[in-house]
Amino acid sequence: MAGRTISEKILARKSGQDAHAGDLVVCEVDCALGTDGSVPMALDYFKAMGGENVRDAARLVFALDHYVPPTSPQTIELHRVMRDFARRFGVTLHEAGEGIGHQLIVETGRALPGGLVVGADSHAVTYGALNCFATGIGSSDLAAVMLCGRIWLRVPDSIRVVLTGQLPSGVYAKDIALALAGMLGADGAAYQALEFAGPGVATLALEDRLVLSNLAVEMGAKTGIFPADAETVAYLQGRTGQAFEPVAADPDAHYSRTVEIALDALTPRIALPHLVDQVVALEDAAGTPVQMVYLGTCTGGRLRDFHQALAVLEAGGGVAPGVQLVVTPASREVRDAMTADGTLDALVGFGATVVQPGCGSCCGTCGVIPGDGVSVISTANRNFKGRMGNAKASIYLASPAACAAAATRGVVTDPREVSR
Amino acid sequence: MTALRGRARLVGDDVNTDSIISSTRKRESLDPAVLRQFLFEHVDLTFAASVQPGDILVAGKNFGCGSAMEVAVTTVLGAGIPAVLARSFSRTYYRNAINNGLLPLVCNTGGIREGDILISDGTGAVRNERSGETLSPEPLPPIMLAILRAGGLVPYMRQNGDFKL
Ligand code: SF4
Repeated sequence: MAGRTISEKILARKSGQDAHAGDLVVCEVDCALGTDGSVPMALDYFKAMGGENVRDAARLVFALDHYVPPTSPQTIELHRVMRDFARRFGVTLHEAGEGIGHQLIVETGRALPGGLVVGADSHAVTYGALNCFATGIGSSDLAAVMLCGRIWLRVPDSIRVVLTGQLPSGVYAKDIALALAGMLGADGAAYQALEFAGPGVATLALEDRLVLSNLAVEMGAKTGIFPADAETVAYLQGRTGQAFEPVAADPDAHYSRTVEIALDALTPRIALPHLVDQVVALEDAAGTPVQMVYLGTCTGGRLRDFHQALAVLEAGGGVAPGVQLVVTPASREVRDAMTADGTLDALVGFGATVVQPGCGSCCGTCGVIPGDGVSVISTANRNFKGRMGNAKASIYLASPAACAAAATRGVVTDPREVSR
Repeated sequence: MTALRGRARLVGDDVNTDSIISSTRKRESLDPAVLRQFLFEHVDLTFAASVQPGDILVAGKNFGCGSAMEVAVTTVLGAGIPAVLARSFSRTYYRNAINNGLLPLVCNTGGIREGDILISDGTGAVRNERSGETLSPEPLPPIMLAILRAGGLVPYMRQNGDFKL
């Protein structure tokens, strides 16, 4: 009998069934996130399902993050409806300005090794960095979780992504994720899990792992899961009082495919408009003019990202004329840390427009919107046409350092050239 | 499975949910009757007005990638489109489709042309009236069939209150 992948083991644990890839299981959900982008519709479904009470409010988290600040009577109303519901049933609600829901799930220790966390937002895959099975769902599935605490899932096949070596300087987690997206394609992991493995994992900080898990969905993956190690436990220290039981893959687990990435050999990458798998070596796009640089989102809006970006901005002497730099910390915790260590002041000193924590400009529903014909280089995860609220803008995706390097020159620039 | 008869409306590969319906539209209304006017607005401004009830969307690979927003399904249904044929779907779009009673059929859509009349008698196979070709979409697992047969996740949960395998 072949051994099992991390996903198979977690879904077996959560369903009480002997789960193997391809099986359909019904699982208890440890935690479910809903945002202002998904909860209002979920509440309609919930009511239509005859929902009178939530099964377990303690497992639910609402975050106001997509419409921050709310700029229309409609979005103000969506927030009000969510607050009312949360208060009535005792659901934890993160207010507008506290941050992006995914970041808050991670920061508040809601995503624990060995657990099952779902989120009514595709980037719920982010929490896989913490060794939990984490996946995105729609509003109707969230309503069902609110009602019965459970979800049906097809146990996915897994693609093993073996990381070896260590990233050279100037190359970052985002480059690994983009390289992988380029290799697998936008649907290369469809209906499957990505399972990260190999000695390279230990060299990645938890914040790096979050970047990789976050981008898993851009390859169609159901989840992007890491093993747990000392780094995982250290991150959760002080964030949860709950016991957890990490899950490791069996040595003889079956994978649909294995891909290997030698971190030592990696160079900076960039995704060209308008698809995340249009990935090329950054040097091949060098010289492309950009007018807006965006540092933020659930992919690249954490403290480590801003540190990396700031180092390049400092080395490059600040922001080139004609470039708009927009900064959106992923959460209040991130922003407070940036304030405490001077990062925020330094970025403001370089002329950055700072938007309050939340999704910001990422999906065009709030924050700064690029103008017609503007090229944006961003730390985000998606570059679809219209993604930032203007279908006449073009979006390039790169690491925080590469985004900062572009800011210093007004053109796509290899960050290693600037920091040299 | 429901019987279908409708015109094929072709869209390409990797159609993301934001191009089906822009998330900036969703910010102002969640009502499919309102949102249907903006269906595929960034792809083809005339698309929404040209949809006839019964039209069937025909896509390439990875249909509905990107955001998991469910309006990308309810807007399609609101326009009177009962089914989507695609070479593959993003998993969130697929789930949302089942949950709302939009029929997602996975099959090789390569031979279908814009305007072809597609017919299904309810047994699962889809016949192309023009080419005479019959497509056999991948069968759905029982739980998805049960949800679809109930008319979506809302009636399913009203009947069962929980998931039953
Ligand atoms: S930051 Fe962007 S990708 Fe992340 S949850 Fe918000 S809108 Fe989605």
